[in-house]
Amino acid sequence: MTAADTHGAILAVWRIEQPRLITSLARMLRDVPLAEDLTQEALLAALEHWPATGVPEQPGAWLMATAKRRALDHLRRAKMLERKHEMVARDMEQEQQAMPDLDSALDDDIGDELLRLVFTACHPRLSREARVALALRMICGLTTEEIARAFLLANATIAQRIVRAKRTLSESGLIYETPRGEELSQRLSSVLEVVYLIFNEGYTATRGEDWLRPQLCHEALRMGRVLTSIAPHEPEAHGLLALMELNASRTAARTDTAGEPILMLDQNRALWDQLHIRRGMLSLGRACELGGAGGFYALQAAIIACHAQATTADDTDWSRIARLYAELAAAAPSPVIELNRAVAVGMAEGPELALAIVDRLMNEPTLKGYHLLPSVRGDLLQKLGRFEEAQASFELAATLAGNKREHDLLSRRAADAGNAAR
Amino acid sequence: MRFMFIVKSAHRGPPTPALMEAMHKLADREIKAGRMLDNGGLMPMATGAQVRITDGELSVVDGPFVEAKEVIGGYAIFELRDKEEALASAKQFMQLHKDLMPGWEGTCELRALASRAA
Repeated sequence: MTAADTHGAILAVWRIEQPRLITSLARMLRDVPLAEDLTQEALLAALEHWPATGVPEQPGAWLMATAKRRALDHLRRAKMLERKHEMVARDMEQEQQAMPDLDSALDDDIGDELLRLVFTACHPRLSREARVALALRMICGLTTEEIARAFLLANATIAQRIVRAKRTLSESGLIYETPRGEELSQRLSSVLEVVYLIFNEGYTATRGEDWLRPQLCHEALRMGRVLTSIAPHEPEAHGLLALMELNASRTAARTDTAGEPILMLDQNRALWDQLHIRRGMLSLGRACELGGAGGFYALQAAIIACHAQATTADDTDWSRIARLYAELAAAAPSPVIELNRAVAVGMAEGPELALAIVDRLMNEPTLKGYHLLPSVRGDLLQKLGRFEEAQASFELAATLAGNKREHDLLSRRAADAGNAAR
Repeated sequence: MRFMFIVKSAHRGPPTPALMEAMHKLADREIKAGRMLDNGGLMPMATGAQVRITDGELSVVDGPFVEAKEVIGGYAIFELRDKEEALASAKQFMQLHKDLMPGWEGTCELRALASRAA
């Protein structure tokens, strides 16, 4: 085994064992940021020892013993005044003497503790960037370097974000708390937002050179699955997982061999991943059973499900999609959702009605500079045979498009409309 | 990356109850961690059949297959980051066999599925 192989093998074991380590330490120390520090020390110890000794037969037990030893040292060093802490330390020492075997390790139900961890990492008090970094590190077991690579940022930037975030948590006294009941649902939305952000960060970058980005989709999916297992009664957790699974099903069909994007309606549906679709539909079903059919994520998942279930693009149930968008727009009013609704209405009921919706959006300040607005409008005008207006609309869209490939596509459409006008 | 784990052994007969329980716990943990997407154990060979082509001829052989040495006992589908993670996972699975069913010999073969998705 080369050094690089060993390093990779250690990190792989780490990702599997890390949640159990950090949750155990958090329970011991009643301090999530500190538990994170000390589990990282266990990783460093493994990286130091295992290349020489080889990965032990029970790597999880080794890491757990090492991490607990650090925690004990910490408790001792801190010379805890209260007897309570001495008792904790003595218990731990006894516990540690009986080395944890793999079997009892598997027995640990870490669900509640993991939930606490997730809520801490995604605390609304933290900036979005900080929440993303902490979640990837504390829940997915990614190293600082891996997070930095995934976001195309410097290691130091991510390291600093993590340090600062942990300091914020410590200083605000938010180191060990679990929201319950009403607050749980509220706080969960902050968690779901982070997971969805990570997914989208990976999903929008489909280019070959960004090969690490699909990794973000993968981590988000994993987190989504973890959330549905530790918060099984929260419909929106299932809704978000459904949305991610269903979107992930199209990954292989989204680009051609040259890396050019392929629009959903033009995709080869035989390339859509049926296992993802099946899992997505199951999660969506679960969200609905829990009374969450009208949730922000569940509605979006239901829209994507319409596509996933259509055998051909022509089979798409556009009326249902238009209805779902209307529901979504009512639940979370947004001009972008309204624009999407217009597209669906255009497909279901014809371009005239859709154009009326789009024209109402033309003065929307948040859509100023959003190239898809004139692009959709151009498409509708084209269908209505108003070619000159279509040309102007596509030209405007092309100038607003940030992406070169999109710019070229829109310019072509403008030229086509111009030709049709003559 | 998706991986298929295929467990093969010449050992006939069911796992010990302790191994069975440990495997269930491991599977439960892997599912909750979002890594395992699907898994299953296979019924004895007598429940199966093989459709073969030999010398250009198609034939059906009903189980059990007397000449078979190692027999597939089960499979699992994982979604993992890389081969290293698959190896770590398979080693853990096999360690359970080593610890809880002494004398058992067999193979857990892991193979990447032809990639279409991230």
